[in-house]
Amino acid sequence: MFIYADNAATTKMSRAAIEAMTPYLTEVYGNPSSLYALGQRAKDGLEDARERIARLIGAEPREILFTSGGSEADNQAILSATAIGAKTGRRHIVSDTIEHHAVLHTLKKLEREGFEVTLVPVTPEGLVEPEAVEQAIRPDTCLVTVMTANNEIGTIQPVERIGEICRARGVLFHTDAVQAVGHLPLDVRKLNADMLSASAHKFHGPKGVGFLWARRGVALTSLIEGGAQERGKRAGTENVAGIVATAAALEEAVEGIDAVTKRLTPLRDRLIAGLSKIPHAALNGDPVRRAPSNVNFCFEGIEGEALLLLLDDRGIAASSGSACTSGSLDPSHVLLAIGRPHGVAHGSLRLSLGEDATEEQVDYMIRTVGEVVAYLRGFSPVWRDLVEGKAEFVL
Amino acid sequence: MALYSEKVMDHFRNPRNVGVIEDADGVGEVGNAKCGDIMKIYLKIENGIVEDVKFETFGCASAVASSSMATELIKGKPVSEALKLTNQAVAEALDGLPAYKMHCSVLAEEAIRNALEDYYKKHPEEKKD
Repeated sequence: MFIYADNAATTKMSRAAIEAMTPYLTEVYGNPSSLYALGQRAKDGLEDARERIARLIGAEPREILFTSGGSEADNQAILSATAIGAKTGRRHIVSDTIEHHAVLHTLKKLEREGFEVTLVPVTPEGLVEPEAVEQAIRPDTCLVTVMTANNEIGTIQPVERIGEICRARGVLFHTDAVQAVGHLPLDVRKLNADMLSASAHKFHGPKGVGFLWARRGVALTSLIEGGAQERGKRAGTENVAGIVATAAALEEAVEGIDAVTKRLTPLRDRLIAGLSKIPHAALNGDPVRRAPSNVNFCFEGIEGEALLLLLDDRGIAASSGSACTSGSLDPSHVLLAIGRPHGVAHGSLRLSLGEDATEEQVDYMIRTVGEVVAYLRGFSPVWRDLVEGKAEFVL
Repeated sequence: MALYSEKVMDHFRNPRNVGVIEDADGVGEVGNAKCGDIMKIYLKIENGIVEDVKFETFGCASAVASSSMATELIKGKPVSEALKLTNQAVAEALDGLPAYKMHCSVLAEEAIRNALEDYYKKHPEEKKD
């Protein structure tokens, strides 16, 4: 058995996406900036994809800017908003503690350049409270950036409400929707947002393609100079095949949202219920306001990387917020932000289901995770101390 | 290339000398849960020889493999030799560790040294300069 349960990391390209892109690799390989027919056919494919993507999220085609992925889109959104703010002396940004590093590291960079950043804390369920955002907004705030759904713990944020507050206060609002686009019903007009970032490979499109939606009237700053592509806001020959594939993947994903949600939610909840039976284990994130594919647990007394590798041996591909999987000494900032102590955060496991997950797979995962956790606890000195009463259980 | 060598994966999947020695002559524990690695080494020493050694580890694959390999390297060896175990020797015996995982081999060296120090504390008559 092989179960790919890391769909929040990346997804398999859809058949439709591969079929859509192939002609642009083999026949229509022209440069969309070229004037002859081969180039113009590529340009037609590009603009057709832009129109379709715009329609799928309730945007206008000219508001879609293609990037190399979600991280670039996040960077550009934030750097554009702060450039606009700086012009009128507004150098304060509001965000939260569980954003993706594409956001947090960009904010760190801006802090070094003299901007002030307020990261509002989240609830133990990982929820960003709109009131907290409202209180953090100052007269010199130029941007609020809050993700639509969290990549690690799946919590769905009240972005519409946050957007409403931002609009009322005259502050630009960006949302990193990398985990939401193609998975949750989404209409940029209803979001009350000014900018939104998306990544194709999270919804069965290709890696290396993303897009930034920026409401008409929001002046974008170019991060890459060297050409007039993307209305002069993103130089470099467009990844035509990838962009065409993105449109095909997104069409299929958006069309399937209701059916997939209906199918995955009970499977997700079955997995959560099963893993909850493991002693001293706890669900991370909100049980209800949660992406339908996301399951994230902490298991006391064990370390996540060891868990992942043994699960891999048994045919389960998953991920962890353990420090050892990140190459740093600290475990996931998201798990720390929701109040998990370091020792517990090291023992985390994220299973993100694919649309084709089955009950049989879910039951296999419950059984296997339980066995591997018990095995690792069997020679964990941390677990021994907990069991012998020398340390106190947290979970 | 895989993250770990075959040898690391072998010692991770089939760790040698896992467990506890109830009446150990020396016990050493290093690391902390905050950093994500804790190793505990138990020694049974007779006539200046490491007769038995067991370990418990909370940590990643390289921490488990380093513990396992370190116990193999000192088992049956004179205490004087066990004292000389270096993290380099542990890492080399595992056919190398990724640079950011070298601290796991350091922990293994320290855990064994701590256990030997504990042994000397309990048996001061054995301590030689």
